[in-house]
Amino acid sequence: MSNNNASSSSVAVVQKAVKQLSLEAKIRRINVSQAATDLKNFCLQNGHKDPLLVGVPSSDNPFRPPKSCGLL
Amino acid sequence: MGEMEQMKKEAEALKTQIEAARKAAHDTDMASAASGVAPAPRVQLKTRRTLKGHLAKIYAMHWCTDNRLMVSASQDGKLLIWDSHTGNKVNAVPLKSSWVMTCAYAPSGNLVASGGLDNMCTVYNLKTPVIKTVKELDAHTGYLSCARFLSDTEILTSSGDTTCALWDLETGKQKTVFLNHVGDCMCLSLSPDMNSFVSGACDSLAKLWDIRDGQCKQTFQGHTSDINAISFYPSANAIITGSDDCTCKMYDIRADQEVICYQDAALNSGVTSLDLSASGRLIFAGYDDFNCNIWDSLKGEKVGELKEKKKSLSWREC
Repeated sequence: MSNNNASSSSVAVVQKAVKQLSLEAKIRRINVSQAATDLKNFCLQNGHKDPLLVGVPSSDNPFRPPKSCGLL
Repeated sequence: MGEMEQMKKEAEALKTQIEAARKAAHDTDMASAASGVAPAPRVQLKTRRTLKGHLAKIYAMHWCTDNRLMVSASQDGKLLIWDSHTGNKVNAVPLKSSWVMTCAYAPSGNLVASGGLDNMCTVYNLKTPVIKTVKELDAHTGYLSCARFLSDTEILTSSGDTTCALWDLETGKQKTVFLNHVGDCMCLSLSPDMNSFVSGACDSLAKLWDIRDGQCKQTFQGHTSDINAISFYPSANAIITGSDDCTCKMYDIRADQEVICYQDAALNSGVTSLDLSASGRLIFAGYDDFNCNIWDSLKGEKVGELKEKKKSLSWREC
């Protein structure tokens, strides 16, 4: 006895997968060498602005330990 | 069924085609391309603040765009808003459901959101005299794993029901549902231009989506277990993922493939969270063994660690 509902929904699932794969197959890809060069350049160009790489001068650091205040 | 067989063959042929196209573009990898780059400095960070106040596990935190305020969510049933400069708590939001898994700060600073095992995303207004619930977004049929505001009127969510959704905060309804994952969606990251986002799921795939047309544009494979954490690279051309398979990976969007894997034979705990430094050079990844490892994103080398005695679950830097 064929279960038409089950088979038609699993056909729909595979149909959807094929549609998605067709979409993804069509995209244009660049070479990893070009992608890697662009990523490398981005990092190097922005590195000097990266506080976790270059550090933050104490005067600009909002998290620096509060200076102790000697009142006497 | 003949039709089924034919379509399955078509699917297999397309997969082979995609793999061949990726291979053809794979003329090098990131680490080789970066071999001439000076190593990142050995990173030594100092703990500047310890924010104490939660009474149970902290599941998530999110910075406000002012790089000063932040929201954290704990299974003690509260969201806490902190001023990271002073270390003081600015607000406490009691949650209807204490099973919270995610929280988010709106770019405006006006709203925060939370959600979890209640399957809902609840949005709160911080600027009314008393903090008010402005919306309960109720349509997911699984837990809320992540939420991110696009603005005060739109929010993106990811869910254990395998879908992501874009909501209209004025109507409280889903505008777009993103369907394609076959496992629980665990995390999402908005692109810097907010036109797309990436999601990571328990099907070990990361997917790139167009926010406006709802389409899955690209699928990134390679992980062999759940993807728990995901982030766009600041250049917007790459994404970093963290997985239960104990590795992080960088996928380049334009090359449509993995370009480097951050792994070490000594690491046998899953990655639970990750974030990037401002230039993208450093990846901070939190692991199930309570450690946070710092990776050089270009060279794939470990350059530091954040070691704390207690479990640090979700890390993010300014």
